[in-house]
Amino acid sequence: MSNSYTSDILKPFKLKTKQQELLIRVLILCLVYILAFITRLFSVLRYESMIHEFDPYFNYRTTLYVTQHGFYDFWNWFDYESWYPLGRIVGGTLYPGLMVTAALIYRLLHFLRFAVHIREVCVLTAPFFASNTTLVAYFFGKEIWDSGAGLVAAILIAVCPGYISRSVAGSYDNEGVAIFALLFTFYLFVKAVNTGSLAWGLASAFGYFYMVSAWGGYVFIINLIPLYVLVLLITGRYSMRLYVAYNCLYILGMLLAMQIRFVGFQHVQSGEHMAAMGVFFLMQVFYFLDWVKHMLSDTNLFQEFLRITVTCAVAVGGIALGVGMASGYISPWTGRFYSLLDPTYAKDHIPIIASVSEHQPTAWSSFMFDFHILLFLFPAGLYFCFKRLSDATIFIVMYGLTSMYFAGVMVRLILVATPAVCLISAIAVSATVKNLTVLLRSKTKVAQIGSTKGTSSAKASSKASLDQSQPFQKNGAMALLFGAFYLLSRYATHCTWVTSEAYSSPSIVLAARGAHGNRVIFDDYREAYFWLRQNTPLDAKVMSWWDYGYQITAMGNRTVIVDNNTWNNTHIATVGRAMSSYEDEAYEIIRSLDVDYVLVVFGGVTGYSSDDINKFLWMVRIGGGVFPVIKEPDYLVNGEYRIDKGAAPKMLNCLMYKLSYYRFGEMMTEYGKPPGYDRARGVEIGNKDIKLEHLEEAFTTSNWIVRIYKVKPPNNRW
Amino acid sequence: MKSFRFCFLMLTIAILASPALSDLVLSKVDRRVENAGPEKESLVLLAFPEQQAKNMAYLMATPHEGKGKVKNPVVALPVEAANPKDMPAALTFYSVSLPKGLAEGDSFTFDVLAVFTHALRPIPEQITQADIQLVLYQDSAHYLSPYAVKVQSLSVKLPDSRIESYTKLENTKIHGSEIKYGPYENLPSFSYSPIAVHFESNLPFAVAQELVREIEISHWGNVQVTEHYKLIHGGAQSKGEFSRLDFLARPNVRGASAFRYLVANLPPRAHSVYYRDEIGNISTSHLRGDSKKTELLIEPRYPMFGGWRTAFTIGYGLPLQDFLYESDGKRFLNITFSSPMVELVIDALIVKVVLPEGSSDISVAASFPVEQWQETKISHLDIDGRPVVVLKKTNVVPQHNQFFQVYYHFSQLSMLREPLMLISGFFFFFVACIVYMHADISISKSSASYLAKQQWEEVQAVIQQVQNIISRCLTTHDNLEASLRDLSRTGNIQACKAARKAADGLLKELSKELKPLLTFLQSSPSAAQVLPKVEELVAKERELQEKVMVKHSTVVDGYEKKLGARDIENRVALQQQKLTALRQEVDDLLEFIDEI
Repeated sequence: MSNSYTSDILKPFKLKTKQQELLIRVLILCLVYILAFITRLFSVLRYESMIHEFDPYFNYRTTLYVTQHGFYDFWNWFDYESWYPLGRIVGGTLYPGLMVTAALIYRLLHFLRFAVHIREVCVLTAPFFASNTTLVAYFFGKEIWDSGAGLVAAILIAVCPGYISRSVAGSYDNEGVAIFALLFTFYLFVKAVNTGSLAWGLASAFGYFYMVSAWGGYVFIINLIPLYVLVLLITGRYSMRLYVAYNCLYILGMLLAMQIRFVGFQHVQSGEHMAAMGVFFLMQVFYFLDWVKHMLSDTNLFQEFLRITVTCAVAVGGIALGVGMASGYISPWTGRFYSLLDPTYAKDHIPIIASVSEHQPTAWSSFMFDFHILLFLFPAGLYFCFKRLSDATIFIVMYGLTSMYFAGVMVRLILVATPAVCLISAIAVSATVKNLTVLLRSKTKVAQIGSTKGTSSAKASSKASLDQSQPFQKNGAMALLFGAFYLLSRYATHCTWVTSEAYSSPSIVLAARGAHGNRVIFDDYREAYFWLRQNTPLDAKVMSWWDYGYQITAMGNRTVIVDNNTWNNTHIATVGRAMSSYEDEAYEIIRSLDVDYVLVVFGGVTGYSSDDINKFLWMVRIGGGVFPVIKEPDYLVNGEYRIDKGAAPKMLNCLMYKLSYYRFGEMMTEYGKPPGYDRARGVEIGNKDIKLEHLEEAFTTSNWIVRIYKVKPPNNRW
Repeated sequence: MKSFRFCFLMLTIAILASPALSDLVLSKVDRRVENAGPEKESLVLLAFPEQQAKNMAYLMATPHEGKGKVKNPVVALPVEAANPKDMPAALTFYSVSLPKGLAEGDSFTFDVLAVFTHALRPIPEQITQADIQLVLYQDSAHYLSPYAVKVQSLSVKLPDSRIESYTKLENTKIHGSEIKYGPYENLPSFSYSPIAVHFESNLPFAVAQELVREIEISHWGNVQVTEHYKLIHGGAQSKGEFSRLDFLARPNVRGASAFRYLVANLPPRAHSVYYRDEIGNISTSHLRGDSKKTELLIEPRYPMFGGWRTAFTIGYGLPLQDFLYESDGKRFLNITFSSPMVELVIDALIVKVVLPEGSSDISVAASFPVEQWQETKISHLDIDGRPVVVLKKTNVVPQHNQFFQVYYHFSQLSMLREPLMLISGFFFFFVACIVYMHADISISKSSASYLAKQQWEEVQAVIQQVQNIISRCLTTHDNLEASLRDLSRTGNIQACKAARKAADGLLKELSKELKPLLTFLQSSPSAAQVLPKVEELVAKERELQEKVMVKHSTVVDGYEKKLGARDIENRVALQQQKLTALRQEVDDLLEFIDEI
């Protein structure tokens, strides 16, 4: 009684199926939005609200500058604290999208009277944009498949480790906003192609502009979209919609992109952007021919015309390209671009690119680590895409395949592949689950009707006849459905585990388990940087390997010789040469660079393996690449890199060795081992009696991870 | 010189370079004053040489209580800077007002406590990591006074027994770490006898060059204190190498002059304590708390050697009821002035008291002179900013850590301002969303796409109605089936017939309703693609309807003819099969249309 009463009351509030569906969809999206944000907060909970890694420190420093000095000063900022004595024109050598975004968020929050610190804004920018990416993924999925696929895509991308790796709280890097911009641009472009609407084309041009302002990866867009257009042209899918979308994106996007100083006129001058221009002209020719064909009724005449025009167009294009290349107006492809197309290129030609661990070719394990089940769902999704081929699915297929190739070339480009993989996998999941549920639902309906109709034998036989077509269909569907949910739940747990274990450590603060299971924190980097900040003269110049440059300027507030913006190879090579020379030779170089302090990172006491001794061979290689005095074999014994007694004499006496192991020979690091036992490499060091002549130890952090040496003034002469 | 006819009967000066305060020199003087002149005197002058006066942070005179007595709260005697005539310009004078005038022959005993900062000079000025730190203290063995002194002695207490050198005068004794000069008798006024003590001191010379304390009051129950320190080790400069190895191996030998931690005594019930600096959290700190105090031990990021600097921020929350009181309509905050850090000299202290937005009538009461002005600070959800009282004082020592009061008016209602702002903000946001969803904001009302969209919306609404009608038909069918089942259970033919009649009427009505909708769909161009499906749906439904009726009639007929249940079932079996198939088709169609 009461039940019917309440249902009567609730009747006006009862939602229609459509509304219910909308409500559920919006709820799921909201939950996914929140999930994408909070799953990235592990690092804040484990450590603190801090900026991670290396590059983000530069971004943070520049953002601070924008908020303090305003945009125009930022644009004209000449940073004399890096690349001493060259300096760096910051405004013209960075992608300002990230900093401007963070500064705008900061301004907005302050306008709304939320007195937050800029650091909090920077720390949370990446998770915030990750949340936005899930929304874009939803709309993208809806555009290429249906809203179900969109929802699944949003969920998959919200927790996908490949994306989380670059967007946890604190990883304040260009990629954080760039993936959002990338996907958004693609979405808008596909929307424009699907609708042929000028408005969407315009929006995609602005999306592209934002992407250009945020990350160098925009080159991927400006090459993928022409490729896509070309494929559509070849497959005979040319349409007015495509024409409108591409021209709008290309012309407006190009003009807008030229407003970014770092990009400048590259759209018309660089070889990497020529494909887009070529396709642009090709489209015009295509359109023109279409028009001529429309006007001419004679087929033979048109064939003749076609031949002439195409020959002319190709000839003119070829000549223009040739002249441009020859005159140097069009710059050839850069090394980075080559190394993308050919994975072995960097190894042979550009050691500085090869020395970065995230530029290494990807191992299978990291694919598995970052994609988990998506790796298997991806081909399935491709199958579904090919089954229902449309302009949009062709796009996502091309995006998926090309980005997968690049992900195989470089570890860090897994990031670019992640949205495509998530979308395609979402199609697979959504299509499979939908098929299965349709099967299940139709079956149950029949069963229901059958059961309500009593136990008539005739009905029973009819039911049986229906069932007989595929005897275990229902059970099979059930099993598959459970299997799918099991896989997805495994995916969720895997993602959470990866996020919490692998991607949420700031790498500035190291944590280890102590002997009693308690957490030991090694905060040596900040100890050293803060010491520099407080206890060295304001104009002190610090020499270190380039990895630490951004951190020293951002946290130590001191001038560095080289930093992570590796624009001047010679300068870096000079530092590499100084590090790999004998002390007196190195002293000459150090004096010529006007260095006051030398900073090295040393993990021998704690067993921290990514220290300078392990990076030393790269210093030798990069130094030797410019200064042939430095020869790699001098530092190796039979091609082996050693630091113990059997090490090469040059190795045992070079500056880096001396600075790392100065007075380490007297140190007992591990019980039962001789003094001077290097825990990072597990050997006793070869040179325990190190005397420094021109440098003196100025500071060593509590766990010896960072050692700072002061350069002594030259001795008085008689 | 008429008015200076006092003489000090007895004077003991104890200079404590006490372990707790190594950069401070506390000098404590017991003075007994006797009036030797004819007039009543109520002022006593204290003289300090320029060098000391420059470093003097704190001066207090209290009437002498004598030892062993129960200590009443001592009322300090008023001390003022004085500028008497006919006195040497190199001396700085302070005058102490005695509680009552001294007549001739009367005597009065009082204590003077003076605290000097930066009075110890490290010699040598630069030391290596392994060296111990030696400091030099200079003073006069004779009490410098404008009055004649009858008896006087001086004792210098040092933190350590190791004394490098000290001035030896007549009557100098040394007891462990205490050097005693005197007693000297019948000294004339302005007698001066310089002494210098050179001794070891490895105690922390922590000097805060600047400390900014921000005390923010929230009437929601919290007083948030944030303290920004800029610290320097004020002792001998360190020179040469800093070897971590030596420091690790023998921290007390190689690094004796460094200090590694600071202790702050926070008020009890302090919570949410943090310790960080510009580049992040500093993990080396320990917090111990009991009901009387909260002790915070903080280690700077690196050991502090001579001349090394560091900067950090500590912050903590305090319960409001412990510090905020109300008296005659005004609220007042009663909180300590200086840093909770023990053994710290502060060169410049700035205390900012941030009052809640909307406070007025602000006044400050402090027991010593401070510079003060007002600012505003814009914090979370403020419109015109919170009033800030800024107090500034230089040369602050722990003796200044006294309570001070900030009085202000604040209406309780203002507390609701910020929550209301938030609520209204969200409210307007949702209203805006609703308005956006319901408002038609397309620019051109006559464009083809707009019209097509509107038509499509109408069509959708109509299809929705059609669907509703069909589903109502289907429920009617279900009702009929139910009545049949009732019939088979109860055998009540009349009830079944009645149900049939009702269903007939209802279905007729429904088909009537359906007609205009269908004609609308047929006329509308945008419905062209859906129309066949809808028509098919209607047709199938009609067929279904007929079949159901036929079945119903058959069954009822069977019952009327009193046929067996099996017979009836056999009769309708074929119909039933068709019905099931039809029903399935109709459902499929409904679903299909639903998805459009």
